[in-house]
Amino acid sequence: MLMGLFNDWIVVILMMIGLYIVIAHGNLIKKLVGLTIFQTSVFIFYISMAKVDGGTAPILSDDIVQYSNPLPHVLILTAIVVGIATTALGLALVVRIKESYGSIEEEEIQLQDNEIKDESKEEAQP
Amino acid sequence: MVVVAIAIIRMKDLFAVVMLSGIYSLLSASFFVAMDAVDVAFTEAAVGAGISTLLMLVVITMTGHKENTTRHKPLPALIAVVITGGLLIYGTLDMPYFGSADAPIHSHVASRYVTDSMQEIGVPNIVTSVLASYRAFDTFGEVVVIFTAGIGVLALLAVARRPEDVEEIDSINDSMHEQHLVIRIVTKMLIPFILLFALYVQFHGDFGPGGGFQAGVIFAAAIILYAMLFGLSTARKVINQGFIHLIAAVGVLIYGSVGIASMLNGGNFLDYNVLAIDPIAGQHLGILLIEWGVGCTVASTMIIIFFNFAGRREMQQYNENKLNKS
Repeated sequence: MLMGLFNDWIVVILMMIGLYIVIAHGNLIKKLVGLTIFQTSVFIFYISMAKVDGGTAPILSDDIVQYSNPLPHVLILTAIVVGIATTALGLALVVRIKESYGSIEEEEIQLQDNEIKDESKEEAQP
Repeated sequence: MVVVAIAIIRMKDLFAVVMLSGIYSLLSASFFVAMDAVDVAFTEAAVGAGISTLLMLVVITMTGHKENTTRHKPLPALIAVVITGGLLIYGTLDMPYFGSADAPIHSHVASRYVTDSMQEIGVPNIVTSVLASYRAFDTFGEVVVIFTAGIGVLALLAVARRPEDVEEIDSINDSMHEQHLVIRIVTKMLIPFILLFALYVQFHGDFGPGGGFQAGVIFAAAIILYAMLFGLSTARKVINQGFIHLIAAVGVLIYGSVGIASMLNGGNFLDYNVLAIDPIAGQHLGILLIEWGVGCTVASTMIIIFFNFAGRREMQQYNENKLNKS
């Protein structure tokens, strides 16, 4: 029981660490790192599902009978590359935010937004 | 891995965080090898430990590497996380045990891939035959996503360099990269081998771990290494940016055209059996072509992403220099 579900539990722990970083940290780059951890935990979940006891890597050969399940491998392989592409997109947004706000901390950005809102309200009611 | 992940939470210095996330990726790659997923491990090592760490470092040089100490509402966040985690662990109690061969995941379509793919596709690496043939439509979608992300980065970060500034930027660049003689010479010797290895991975994907995705990333890594050590301006002379943009689009085009070609020959979209007289030969041809398409798109998208990040940084430095002078 303990060994049978050990991998799943590690996945849950890693996933929750990632989620905590995303929720509790204000720094945008740190948030992206948290998302990456979350993402990797899902990869680990898929790959450990694919494992079969006594199986080997799914490359066909004459003297092997038992293979691990190739389907999750395919899904995760492409997911990793798509993941880096989307992370790059996120980082690009961070760079633009830094350029226009001068900060990548969530609170400071929020503060600046609120100031702009207040100013525009005051202008509306002279 | 859990230890590294917790260290990432505690660290304030973003530089250390990024380095730790590189280590984390490498650890997960070795975990994937232990789980028999060699193809996946290959990709994770090249992407996670290589390119993503590098991109994050470039961004940190632009945004500063100190994190604010203030947390907003750590306690409610912790409670939410613990509750979610507890529910998920409760959920795992119904999961099949690790490694059991009769788990539901192994009982449907997977057994067909393992037993029949040799007769139907004729490629020893099952991961490649599933990726490029059975689920080719899926992979097509993913290639398009990568291509779109490349366009997105281009739209967000591309800077138009005025021709009169170019020379000055280049001179700053060159002066920065004159040093590090040993590294430069060693790298110059290594790069041809890295490129060769990328091509080997590309063509050997049918028989061992490898394929278009991994090859593309390795190829891009070689180019990025060159750009880092010899300066962006030198790298721009070697690789024309317009050409790279073209290649990214051509990769998707190759993939799509293979699908259309098989339709014209009377099959379904991306059904390679009709591409040649012998179905197996058709499968080989189809897989070869679409792996090329994938490789082209992935490599050039990664190069586009890196060049745009680094180009943005270069422009910022140039503007700062200008301000300091005036």
